[in-house]
Amino acid sequence: MTTPMLEAVNLSVRFGGLLAVNDVSFEVWPNEVFSLIGPNGAGKTTIFNLISALYRPTSGEVRFEGEVISRMPPHVVARHGIARTFQNIELFEHATVLQNLLVGRHCHRHTGWVQDLLFTGSVRRAELEFRRQVEEVIEFLDLQHYRDSLVVGLPYGVRKVVELARALSMRPRLLLLDEPSSGLNTEETEDMGFWIEDIKADLGITVIMVEHDMGLVSRVSDRVLALNLGEVLTLGTPEEVQAHPGVIEAYLGGVDDD
Amino acid sequence: MHFLFKTAYAQDVALFKHGGQKFWYALLAVALVAAPFLLSEYALSQFTFIGIYAIVCLGLMLLSGFTGQVSLGHAGFLAMGAYTEAWLQSMGWPFVLSLTMSALVAGITGILVGLPALRVKGIYLAIATLAFGFIIEEAVVRAEHITGGNAGRQLEKLVIAGIDFDDGINYYYLVTAIAVLCVLGVLNLLRSPTGRAFVAIRDSEVSAQSMGINLAYYKTVAFALSAALAGIAGALYAHKIRFITPDQFGFLQSIELLMMVVIGGLGSIQGAIFGPAFWFIVQQVIVIGKDWLPPALGQQTGLQPTIFGFILIAVVLFEPMGLYGRWLKFRTFLQIFPFYRKGMFKRQKSYMKSERMK
Repeated sequence: MTTPMLEAVNLSVRFGGLLAVNDVSFEVWPNEVFSLIGPNGAGKTTIFNLISALYRPTSGEVRFEGEVISRMPPHVVARHGIARTFQNIELFEHATVLQNLLVGRHCHRHTGWVQDLLFTGSVRRAELEFRRQVEEVIEFLDLQHYRDSLVVGLPYGVRKVVELARALSMRPRLLLLDEPSSGLNTEETEDMGFWIEDIKADLGITVIMVEHDMGLVSRVSDRVLALNLGEVLTLGTPEEVQAHPGVIEAYLGGVDDD
Repeated sequence: MHFLFKTAYAQDVALFKHGGQKFWYALLAVALVAAPFLLSEYALSQFTFIGIYAIVCLGLMLLSGFTGQVSLGHAGFLAMGAYTEAWLQSMGWPFVLSLTMSALVAGITGILVGLPALRVKGIYLAIATLAFGFIIEEAVVRAEHITGGNAGRQLEKLVIAGIDFDDGINYYYLVTAIAVLCVLGVLNLLRSPTGRAFVAIRDSEVSAQSMGINLAYYKTVAFALSAALAGIAGALYAHKIRFITPDQFGFLQSIELLMMVVIGGLGSIQGAIFGPAFWFIVQQVIVIGKDWLPPALGQQTGLQPTIFGFILIAVVLFEPMGLYGRWLKFRTFLQIFPFYRKGMFKRQKSYMKSERMK
């Protein structure tokens, strides 16, 4: 078989006395949508932060296309082609949507600050090229109306899309979506679902997603990993996972829980 | 109302967004060239100071307004530039080289001061830069053989290629030309990846690094460039004053620089010029107004700082975007007259940053 895109090997993280992630292993294959589910505090976002190297694992490692990334600084991981969004939208608020998306092109820059200072021909050409590439993302996500608006003035739903757009501007190979539908209404969630399907089918990007909306999860995911209290409950297709007794227990509380 | 109809990506990259802007900036350029023929010698000298301070404020704006790193020690960089220039001039270096060295020396100091910035943020960074300011002031006092210590140091007449720059008009042109070049450089940075990386660091460090931005590198670059601009301004300041003493580069100077930037409007290039311009104009108004006030008030020693203190408080309370924000509102008012309504610039408060990492 081919090598997995992303591999988590016996990942554990301890914050003081709290074992946030305990010996979690999984593999994500190219061009699949892989969802992480679980109740609050299950360690989903922590795993995301481990993949994007914002946290260091206490033991175990994360491999991206065979290369260990869990010991690299976060900006180097991003350059390998891993983009992400955040649970509580981390946009550059006092910049326009366009500028936000252009930051997404940052890891593809070839010029240094000295050339930027002089705005040489190569900087100009690169800027125009970045602008064109960003426009493709704007078109893909229907953001034409908001190009020049400041992010501070945008409604929540739009910010969510802008954050997705910024991640896509990086032209990543792996996209991490942290609760893409949180705070969105039904219609917006629907759109988000379509986009995730398109991202996988048209752009060929592998997606790992943390999500609570089971409707969205079962619609777009190929495989689902259910976590509870930092440990793997089960891994399988959305239907299998939803039917798993451990998952039902973790979400609803078991019969013998009293 | 003016709507911009974009037809090419080049328009997003251009320095001037439309013909109107070109026209007004051309007019400003004409005014700057014509100033010596219209102004008295004293007024022109004040304009030269505005130009010098605009260069420091530009640097401070780049650091604090665009990269979000506070500095309470910028007078230290100013001193580095001023004394390097004074020393190299006495060694017989030509101005172009000594000015470059002043920028370099200040820039390298900036890198050293920026090192703690990689570890500490906000108030702690402010304290670290504050300490740096004091260290430089003290070092200048002690290094008597180079700086002349507390007794001060005299600079010789500035002559470049046989042209006497001791003359007010020539020096005004020199300072203005350098200031314009500095503004252009910073504008170039801000419309390129480096500038966007700065803004990204200011608004969210977590997502900046997830976008592939090397925080340590860009913070260091921001510090170095900011300090280098202060170094250039310091060298120009030294030639303007012709006599420099350590107390000109004290803590108060740093605070004044920061106040200029805040009053001008954090996060705008225009603010870096409005700030010092406003500062010097108000200073003149105070000097003139003093005589009209009753002596008990007019002759008070703390009059000027008190007034500036009140202005700062007013700006922070009523116009956080500073003079530039005020100007934006006024311009919009004119553009869409008579449809301007109150609260057009009000923003919805958002409380989404409740749960952050780290």
